[in-house]
Amino acid sequence: MIPVLFTTDRLVWLLVAAVAGYFLHVRGAPHLLLPWKRVTRSASGMSALVVLAVFVSVGLLDSLRYRPALDRKDEKGETVYAVEAASVLDKIASPLREHRERTYSAPLATRAYARETLEIPQADGKIKQVREFPRLAWGGTHLKDESEHAQDVAMRGLVGLALALIVWCGLAFAAVSRCAYVRKAGRREAWLAIWRAETAAPWWSMLLTAGTLLALIGPALVLCTGYHVLGTDKVGQDVLYLALKSIRTGLVIGTVTTLVLLPFAVTLGIMAGYFRGWIDDLIQYLYTTINSIPGVLLIAAAVLLMQVYVDQHPELFPTSAQRADLRLLFLCIILGLTSWTGLARLLRGEALKLRELEYIQAAQAFGVRDARIIGRHILPNVMHIVLISLVMDFSGLVLAEAVLSYVGVGVDPSMISFGTMINAARLEMSREPVVWWALAAAFVFMFVLVLAANLFADAVRDAFDPRVRVGGLARA
Amino acid sequence: MIAYIVRRALYAVPILIGVNLLTFWLFFVVNTPDDMARLQLGVRRVTAEAVEKWKAERGYDKPKYYNGGAQGLGRVTDTIFFEKSVRLFAFDFGNADDGRSIRHEILTRMWPSLALQLPVFIVGLAVNITFALLMAFFRATYLDFWGVVLCVAMMSISGLFYIIGGQYLFSKVWNLIPISGYAGGWDAAKFVILPVAVGVVSGIGSGSRWYRTIFLEEMGKDYVRTARAKGLAETAVMFEHVLKNGMIPILTGAVVVIPTLFMGALIAESFFGIPGLGSYTIDAIQAQDFSVVRSMVFLGSVLYIFGLLLTDISYTLVDPRVRLE
Repeated sequence: MIPVLFTTDRLVWLLVAAVAGYFLHVRGAPHLLLPWKRVTRSASGMSALVVLAVFVSVGLLDSLRYRPALDRKDEKGETVYAVEAASVLDKIASPLREHRERTYSAPLATRAYARETLEIPQADGKIKQVREFPRLAWGGTHLKDESEHAQDVAMRGLVGLALALIVWCGLAFAAVSRCAYVRKAGRREAWLAIWRAETAAPWWSMLLTAGTLLALIGPALVLCTGYHVLGTDKVGQDVLYLALKSIRTGLVIGTVTTLVLLPFAVTLGIMAGYFRGWIDDLIQYLYTTINSIPGVLLIAAAVLLMQVYVDQHPELFPTSAQRADLRLLFLCIILGLTSWTGLARLLRGEALKLRELEYIQAAQAFGVRDARIIGRHILPNVMHIVLISLVMDFSGLVLAEAVLSYVGVGVDPSMISFGTMINAARLEMSREPVVWWALAAAFVFMFVLVLAANLFADAVRDAFDPRVRVGGLARA
Repeated sequence: MIAYIVRRALYAVPILIGVNLLTFWLFFVVNTPDDMARLQLGVRRVTAEAVEKWKAERGYDKPKYYNGGAQGLGRVTDTIFFEKSVRLFAFDFGNADDGRSIRHEILTRMWPSLALQLPVFIVGLAVNITFALLMAFFRATYLDFWGVVLCVAMMSISGLFYIIGGQYLFSKVWNLIPISGYAGGWDAAKFVILPVAVGVVSGIGSGSRWYRTIFLEEMGKDYVRTARAKGLAETAVMFEHVLKNGMIPILTGAVVVIPTLFMGALIAESFFGIPGLGSYTIDAIQAQDFSVVRSMVFLGSVLYIFGLLLTDISYTLVDPRVRLE
């Protein structure tokens, strides 16, 4: 196999490296570590982090790509590689990806969702036509007798739960050991403290969240070896696979966009506040102008223009997956260019305040250069605002992707995302009988992701925002 | 006061010019009219004549900034820049790709948009303030806690699901109202009621949580403590002092969206088949009708800037401490 990294993959791994670097930096600086310690005390924040960790690992697995080797060899006897890259997630979920049905089938079904005319050869050689629900190509074919269906599902579910319990016990043991180490106490005592939710870190909430997740993942994992756990969509693709693939798209939109908007927001915002005068006027004019254009329209205009570009330069996009990936990147850039204004305005206000403080004036009196004052004295003191606004923006961007895809200016139609899933499933609600599972899957996955992001963002804001801590909200 | 308004209105001019230049740059410089023509006519099999014809039909065949071939003023006015960009200032939007006047479309379509958006705005504001006040009144109790949890959960649901769910329940399962469509006059009510309800419900989460923090901030202030200290009942404190003072940031913050109510709701209108400006915009985006998108960008900016102006004026009206410079 040949490893391939698309542009957004590189950016995703760059972000991972940046986050890792940030935490290494924070570890050595007690004043930076303090607010993060406060985050680890928040029960809702840490539970949300557990959920986010699961989503992020799925997204990261989907960002490791390679071109798998094909079975045949070329004339020179060298291995031939597939043109389209597959991700590690594709490999792990290959049972889901490869076992396709012809069309809709309900979750865990053994038969199709609509009647078809079947031709059944009779004993006397004639062919009899019957209209009934045909068996699926893959879902439940391992059953000898369909009457075993319910029993088989229950058995697999129980096996999954048992697996989940084993993993959970392992996690609980790790948590107890850690807690015992921190409290310098025995494991028994640590377990009792966790059980009674008396620990400083919310271990009990985290274990509860992990348990709930495992209780869902375990049975799903075992069941998906024999069934389509969340059914199949119109063209027979497994809905669970689609939902898993959507996670990466959502995460990329939420994170890479912030990577794009950060440099603009930080440099322009701080410069406006620090230098004032005509620089301030110019930057304010720039962001008021961009702000006054309705966001969706500006994005739509930019995406339309991007489409023109893509159509004219087909040579730049060798495979459709790469074209879709580049379109995703363009979308992130466009979203970033249109949404830096809010953060820039906040930073301008903060820089205006900071520049009047004595230590900045002292630095100016000593003749420290402006660039150095900004880098050493202003930037570190506005980082909490940057961080809060980044985590708060994430959920909004994930939600925006769905809406933009509906309008037709979102990700490439061939790219699996929550938006394209909802878009495809929208008309299924008016079918008779209703095809609900694709929409429900998109709803649940998206809701859990955004809810976790919102809760985590709240915890980060509460820990970092000095206004919340000192008085006002906390007191009330 | 009038002098202040005039001065504020003059500030808007450079911003509008900026918006205009930006849209011109996006639509005519980044991608030339030739590119647009090829996109619309199909990239592969398109002849140069077809592109020229397409451009001539829309007036894109003129020079960009300066027409050396024309006489007198025509050198400047007979150009793409003047025809397509400068004329927007006079709200002369030209024609859409289907040949209809964009200006006429806007004038007829803004009323259904308003019929949808105005109730959403007013009812939404009332509902959000009520919920926020309730949560603030029962602060630090289970009611407050679960209220906030519900708000965060509602914030985490995509607006698309509110629309799809609402349509499914009310129109398909319970058959209460038509699933989509629109009629003029009072008949509009039965078509508009569900989109309005959906619009209000989908805004409750973020709205009431935001107003709750405003009320809580207000309740932490000294005058509230004074009011309690002089023996006022908690309800009197809430309605007499906190509500009135909390309304200042809420109302002034809400004023900015009033003009943009005309623009309609992009998603809701196209789901519910309401022939407003929102669905007009979406149709234009999907049909890649650049002249309509350009006009809507400009109109949206004008309305937003008008909203900013209203905000400034409302500050001076509501809060006597704000002085006109």
